[in-house]
Parts: sequence; structure tokens; C-alpha cells
Amino acid sequence: MRRNNPIRVLITGLAAALFAGPVQAHLNATGLGPVYDGVLHFLTSPEDLVPVIALSLLAGLRGADFGRRTVFTLSCAWILGSLAGMGIVSILNLHPAWSALSFMLLGGLVLSNARLPLWVLTTLAGMTGAVHGLINGSGVGWSGAGIVALLGITATVFVLSALLAAFVTSLKAHWARISVRVAGSWIAATGILMAGWAWQAGGPLF
Amino acid sequence: MRPSTPAKTLAVSTLCIFCAGAAYGHVGSQEALGWLTGFKHPISGFDHVLAMIAVGLWGAQLGAPAIWVLPVAFPLVMVFGAMLGFLGVPLPGIELGIAASAILLGIAVSLAWRPPIVVAAVVVGLFAIFHGHAHGAELPAGQSAMLYSMGFVVATGLLHALGIGIGTLQRWSWGRASLRFAGAMIALAGVYFLSKVFA
Repeated sequence: MRRNNPIRVLITGLAAALFAGPVQAHLNATGLGPVYDGVLHFLTSPEDLVPVIALSLLAGLRGADFGRRTVFTLSCAWILGSLAGMGIVSILNLHPAWSALSFMLLGGLVLSNARLPLWVLTTLAGMTGAVHGLINGSGVGWSGAGIVALLGITATVFVLSALLAAFVTSLKAHWARISVRVAGSWIAATGILMAGWAWQAGGPLF
Repeated sequence: MRPSTPAKTLAVSTLCIFCAGAAYGHVGSQEALGWLTGFKHPISGFDHVLAMIAVGLWGAQLGAPAIWVLPVAFPLVMVFGAMLGFLGVPLPGIELGIAASAILLGIAVSLAWRPPIVVAAVVVGLFAIFHGHAHGAELPAGQSAMLYSMGFVVATGLLHALGIGIGTLQRWSWGRASLRFAGAMIALAGVYFLSKVFA
């Protein structure tokens, strides 16, 4: 195979750029807009994102079986909770103190490398998925685009938790596993601080 | 694998420029401001920065398990200190405690002091309460408490990580001497902070 001439590569690249067709910036015309809405909603919502990260780290520390069970339970519970939430008329919101509690609990479990039985981790994953899915679903309401957005959220939950759990499972070095537990301590510390804010904001803590 | 040529790199970069999306340079109106404010808070005070780096240095000197126990203990106890602030529990001599933390942690590093792990954790935890009480309870109005908290904790953790990273010099004899010198400088800076408290 002939070597690419750098000049030819540059000219071809520039020509391709100049003759580029219109970008599909408005994804609603492609039908994929709501999927990306869902993906971005999840990735930019720390109250949803961090518990999924913590659960995935926890499952990864326990091994492949725990990881597999957590990934599937979390995703299934999330979509079922979402579908149930779509039927709720009023929009539910997670009280900041509950977010703080979940951060403290899940972060603390990662930090302590808790050797939870499989059924306990499965229950935790199921509850987390159901609660967050219910809240997501209530915010979307019944609509075709809403269902697609929820599929985008759930797909992201699945991909992220699978990648993270698999990555942590593959870690063998002591320092690497310790780093995962340190990340858990950061999540727990964030939760404690958030509980403080919720306390300071006044009203019932939970 | 063939090494890429400068011309190819230039061509790919040019293409990337054409494909670039809009940059969101002004995050001031977004929730991200809370994260940035929280992140900047621990690194905006030199006294805090030195103390947190000293924790990492000391942990690196002590080795396992202190190398990770101390950086885990500090943020956790620090947010407990912040909680005391939220609850309105007064803590006398906060600035004094912060200056003392730089002095004592600096001395510990400069002497390469090797106490039992429990003692080291208690020393670090005690000072963390002062740092948390001083900094944790200062959420600016209108910003996301969750993102502020995350930024605050991550910045603190990264400062410890920086200290641990510098502490890897420990493996060389000149590195050990450098660390002890750095500890002495931190202690001296602590004395300066202390003088400002009494000024």
C-alpha cells in the first residue's frame, strides 16, 4: 500500500470539510432527539448518576457475578420504575436529604468494601433503579417521545454500570482497588455535606 | 504502528475544527457554577492547601495503610466539621487550629515522624474538623448544594493525591531529604499563618 502523501491528506480533508452537507443539528428531525435528551439528562444529573456509579463500584469490588446481577437488576428496575412513574400525574422530586442518604450509604459501603450477600446487593440495585426510574418517569409523563427518552436514560444506566463494574472487577492491584474505595469515601463525604445543607435549608430533614 | 506525521496531525486537527460544536464558555448561569465554586474553595486558601498537601506527604512517608487511611479520614472528618458549622456548634480558635495544622503536620513530615496509624489518623482528623468548620459551611446563594459539595470534596481529595504524588520521591534518598525540607517549609508557613492570627 502506498504511503499517504501528507499534502494529499490535507487537501482531501479540507475538500471534504468544504463540501460537507448540512449538519443535523436538530435531532428531533431524525427521531433520535429524545434518546439523546435521555442520555444527557442522566449524565448531567448527579443525583441519578452518582448512586449508579457507587453501586457499580460496589458490585465491581465483589466480582463478576455481583456485577452482572447489579447491572441487569438496576437497568430493569429503572425502566419498570420509569414506566410506572409515567402514569403519575404530579412530578415527583427526590428530597435533597434522600440523595444525601443514598450517597452516604452507597459511598460508605464502597469505602468499607462491604461484603454484602448477593441478594442484598440485588435489593439495593432494584430499589435504587425503581426509585430513580419512578422520579424520571413522573417528570416525563405519557408521550411517545417520553418513552424514547426513558429508553435513552436506561440504556445509559446499563452501559455505564456495565463498563464501570467490569473495569473494577478487572482491577487486581491492591492500590487500584484502594483507589476505588477512596472514591467511595469521596461520595460518602459529599453525602454528609449535602445532609448538612439540607439541615441548614430548614424543614424536615427527611 | 506507524508514527503519525505532523502533516497528518494537522489535517486531522483541521477537520476537527470544522466539526467543533459551540463552546459553553460562560457557565455562570448554569448549575456548573456550584461545582466550580466548591472546587475552588479548598484551593483558594494557601493555609488549607499546604495542610492538605502535608497530609498526602505524611501518608506517603508512613506507607501503607496510612497512605490511604489519612486521605480518606481527612475529607470524612472535614465534612463532619462542616456539619458542626451547619448545626451552629461554635468552635473556638478556628484560624488558630488551621495554622497549628500546618505547623504540626509540617513538623511531622520534616521529622518523618512514625506514630501508630491510629495516632496519625486522630491527629489528621482533629485538624480536619477545623478546616471543615471554616470552609464547609459557605455555600453562596443560588448555587447547587450537591454540586458545591462534590466540587469541595473532589478538590480536597486531589490536593491529598498531589501530596501523595510528591511523596513518591520517598523512594530516593535525595527525595526523602527533599520531603523533609518541604515539611520544614510547610511548618514555617504555618508559623507565618499563626503570626497573622495574632497580628
